[in-house]
Amino acid sequence: MTGRVLAFVMRLLAAPRTIWLQGGPVARQRVYFANHTSNADLPLIWTVLPPALRARTQPVAAADYWLKNDVRAFFGRDVFRGVLVDRRPEARADGEDPMATIRAALDSGQSLIIFPEGRRNESRKKLLPFRAGLYNMAVSHPAVEFVPVWIENLNKVMPRGEVVPIPLICTVAFGEPMAVVEGEGKDAFLVRARAALLDVRKKAA
Amino acid sequence: MTQTWLLIAVVFSVLLVGTAIGEEMRRRRPGDPIARDWNARADAWWGMTVILGLALLGGFWVVLFLFAFLSFAALREFVTIAHLDRSDHFAWAAVIFLILPAQYALVAAELPRIYSLFIPVYGLVLVPVISVVTGRTKRFLRRVGSLQMAMMVCIYGVSHVPALVTLELYGGERQGLLLVAFLAIVTQGATTLQHLFGRLYGRTPIAPALSAKKTWEGFIGGILSAGVLGGLFYWITPFSPAAAAGLAFVATSLGLLAGLVMSAIKRDAGIREWGHSLPGEGGFLDRLDPVIFAAPVFFHLVRYGWAS
Repeated sequence: MTGRVLAFVMRLLAAPRTIWLQGGPVARQRVYFANHTSNADLPLIWTVLPPALRARTQPVAAADYWLKNDVRAFFGRDVFRGVLVDRRPEARADGEDPMATIRAALDSGQSLIIFPEGRRNESRKKLLPFRAGLYNMAVSHPAVEFVPVWIENLNKVMPRGEVVPIPLICTVAFGEPMAVVEGEGKDAFLVRARAALLDVRKKAA
Repeated sequence: MTQTWLLIAVVFSVLLVGTAIGEEMRRRRPGDPIARDWNARADAWWGMTVILGLALLGGFWVVLFLFAFLSFAALREFVTIAHLDRSDHFAWAAVIFLILPAQYALVAAELPRIYSLFIPVYGLVLVPVISVVTGRTKRFLRRVGSLQMAMMVCIYGVSHVPALVTLELYGGERQGLLLVAFLAIVTQGATTLQHLFGRLYGRTPIAPALSAKKTWEGFIGGILSAGVLGGLFYWITPFSPAAAAGLAFVATSLGLLAGLVMSAIKRDAGIREWGHSLPGEGGFLDRLDPVIFAAPVFFHLVRYGWAS
């Protein structure tokens, strides 16, 4: 119920135009990796996924953000059913490995949404360097499809520090699925993934 | 009431005939661009007729909320192409969440003396003041210009459609809902007829820098035939046939000229359509643009000449 209300509000405020550059939404196990400029990125991707896919998709989200207060915890845990990992090593319990948590989610067959830049991009650059997690997932689960997702305009709806959103039209573009190639190293894969995401941006414009 | 049913019967017959012609063209010449264009327009007309028709049968409040939502959707499209400076965030938020509801509340409260001035007088001053106080001065005129244009186009113009419903005309009985139907028929009719005349006889572009497709021949054909169309529908209005034709002529002239202005804004922003919300039809503003400038003019003329 909350989920539906949230999706409705997102549609009002962000009027998302959804583009599937290759095929449409399919019910395969996928990792959607997207650029991250706004806290609403996650709700927006979640909104444009068809409900049947949504039910099988969980975001990888920062515990240090989503567990900060009760409201965030409600959305992060109960609405989005986030796979919560803590970005601060010192806050993790002994022996807690964020990658293990993510791998367990993939093992259970869930699709995931991840923001490989690791934090919101507030620089002038289009994308920050990707973190290694994306590569680790691709290596441990080679059968899973990695889909680049470009989100355009959303950071204008509610820039950091603003309280009131202004509605405008956003674009969510899903690119061609990719996977790690035999013998491909971490850096090579991350460069390729980054290029694929920038390519989606160009094609969606 | 009999007028309403007669209007429904006439409109549906025309649409059915139009659809049948489209189907016949598709059957004879499959893939022909003219046939495709015709059918796309027929589909758009069906959609508009059903939505507006249901709203009109629902009465004033349904019409008011429909057009308030259309204002909101139009603003959403306008903001997307506006020169959006981070420091204007609050000014835009004020336009959408304060000015828009205030304008529609004034329409609902039936205060025409206030709502016909609220945006052009108070809005035009107060919104730039917000930008001055909260923002920077860089590119100020350009930023404020787009805010003001957005208010006039998306809120002021659109809100005058439900405002028609509240007009009390000579002869007592309120016929405002039918006035909305009349305005919709003549303005949307005029764009279609302009397109048709432009296709058949179009030669001299009105604005060569903008488009070779918008021609004087199309424009004049469009407004003259819209005048005739208005005369043919005089029986749903309190006007004489000649007055109905004259009002339709003036309102659609403004409406079609406004279309040029809206096209220029689109061209400047580098887009072909305002949005993608309506399948095959672009955005909300693409559908609304003939009504936006026609509505306040039509409202003003009717109120000036026929209101009690």
